[in-house]
Amino acid sequence: MIAFVIRRIIQSIIVIMVVGLVAFVMFRFVGDPVNQMVGLETSIADRELLREQLGLNQPLIVQYWHFISNAAQGDFGTSYQYRRPVSEILGERLPATLELALVSAIFAIAAGIPMGVYTALYRDSVLSNIFLTVSLIGISLPSFLVGILLIFIFSVHLQWLPSFGRGEVVDLGWWSTGLLTATGLKAIILPAITLGLFQMTLIMRLVRSEMMEVLRTDFVKFAKARGLKTRVVHFGHALKNTMIPVITITGLQFGSIIAFAIITETVFQWPGSGLLFLQAVQNVDVPIMAAYLLMIAFLFVLINLIVDVLYVVVDPRIRLEGS
Amino acid sequence: MSTDYQTNEAKSLLRRVLDSDIWYSFKKSKVTMVAAGVALIIFLAALLAPLLAPHNPFDLASLSLMDSLLPPSWTGMGDPRYLLGTDDQGRDVLSTILYGSRISIAVGLASVAFAAVLGITLGLVAGYMGGAVDAVIMRVADVQLSFPAILIALLIDGTISGLTGGVNREETAFTVLVISIGLSFWVQYARTVRSSTLVERDKEYVQAARLIGLHPFLIMLRHVLPNVMGPVLVIATINLALAIITEATLSFLGVGIPSTQPSLGTMIRIGNDFLFSGEWWITLFPGALLAVLVLAVNLLGDWLRDALNPKLR
Repeated sequence: MIAFVIRRIIQSIIVIMVVGLVAFVMFRFVGDPVNQMVGLETSIADRELLREQLGLNQPLIVQYWHFISNAAQGDFGTSYQYRRPVSEILGERLPATLELALVSAIFAIAAGIPMGVYTALYRDSVLSNIFLTVSLIGISLPSFLVGILLIFIFSVHLQWLPSFGRGEVVDLGWWSTGLLTATGLKAIILPAITLGLFQMTLIMRLVRSEMMEVLRTDFVKFAKARGLKTRVVHFGHALKNTMIPVITITGLQFGSIIAFAIITETVFQWPGSGLLFLQAVQNVDVPIMAAYLLMIAFLFVLINLIVDVLYVVVDPRIRLEGS
Repeated sequence: MSTDYQTNEAKSLLRRVLDSDIWYSFKKSKVTMVAAGVALIIFLAALLAPLLAPHNPFDLASLSLMDSLLPPSWTGMGDPRYLLGTDDQGRDVLSTILYGSRISIAVGLASVAFAAVLGITLGLVAGYMGGAVDAVIMRVADVQLSFPAILIALLIDGTISGLTGGVNREETAFTVLVISIGLSFWVQYARTVRSSTLVERDKEYVQAARLIGLHPFLIMLRHVLPNVMGPVLVIATINLALAIITEATLSFLGVGIPSTQPSLGTMIRIGNDFLFSGEWWITLFPGALLAVLVLAVNLLGDWLRDALNPKLR
């Protein structure tokens, strides 16, 4: 077990180093960092001095090492657009994205699991067919289109919900939350649905197919034969056994929720890290792009690692190659 | 004599298609037939846009700002010349949609082709060569696969525009998009082709080819490649829908096709600014076409995957 965890951690570090290399190459070669930092009237000698101070004339491998070790300490350099440390800006924007991702993950689970169970139990009912059709459309529609449609219906037509921004936020030290105010709660509904819709359909289909498989197994038949109530059989025995893949997929999807937040945040002008990244791409603000890439990579690797380890803990039948 | 032979050949090809399992399963599935019909209509309409479109939206001389933001003609406030209304520059929405779907489909097809060629080549090389080459290619693929394609496409797009300094955006947008989307979708082809190549390379016909001294490049191209192409077709169909979505998303985010010759995604972005003032037709018509197109291609891809999967027969 320990050998397995250690090997997975080493693999994760290698992945991070590779992504770090990509980020470094972008950082170093897309645009000249020196030109971005100085004014037009700076002399060539001054530029060379700055180049030396920044260590840009050192061997590339040394520069890469500096880049990685700085990044590991949370120092990603200075944004070209904002002229402020990237870590500071990211720190301000991250709570908005994480809150949005969390709420949409909860929405996806809370709606996806019951819908999946229902469509598995009542396969041919009208409602099941509606759910399945909706899920097919949910997968086919690009998420920005879903967002626009929701805005059109709930903000423009019915005028129930706001179409942009986070509403009022409450500052809790280093974390600013919109979940404690009425406007903040209203503002998060549409973006969270937009972001969670795809994951919801995914969870629904997964629960449905797992559930249909489990319902055919002997232990469910035996539970029924014992005269247990249908409800107990379905939820106590069957659903419980579908949860492992659902947990895995949901966990793995959390990373892509954060990445897809780029689109949702743009549609709803949500002041999170995704919107920051998109503006950085449009303005070729390389330090922010590199930092965002590393952040996402770190999140993905971390989530993968946790899911892998949990998998082994939860299901001892999975054989470890190392042991 | 030769013409006879050719017609026979053509006839037998048609016979073979009509007798095949795939055609049978196509005829059995009504949804697939509808999807194929819809996709065909949209593709043809896009191809024939210059003939079908009532106006030429790219001809700046024919545009008049007096005609801007007209609602669809059936609402009573519109102009009978513009069936689906006009956008903020006075372009006919119907014509712009026709031309726009052309750009969207062209970007989709080109980037799928690019991704397929790249992925197949790398997969073949990785599978046939093995060893260090294989390890390097597949590790890169693994790392890339753990990131969503849209993020990678955005990064590549940003990097390219950083390197070129963002000049000539209008001329380079198409190429930049195809490269960005193509580079973010090659992994699936590479993995599939590699795994089938691993099976094929030890078969006798490959050994025979090696024995008569053919160059490895020729063996890969002429002998292995035709035998690993089957699954590629399915991936390409499903990826076409994904590529069209990705193009639309990038254009919507403002890093794709510029608004002078808009694609469907660009039109939706333009219209999004006018949604609140009530001009819904600029966004919703291209949005609807995009959704229908993607749905149709997705359904075709799903059917193809099931039809070609021997396990499900």
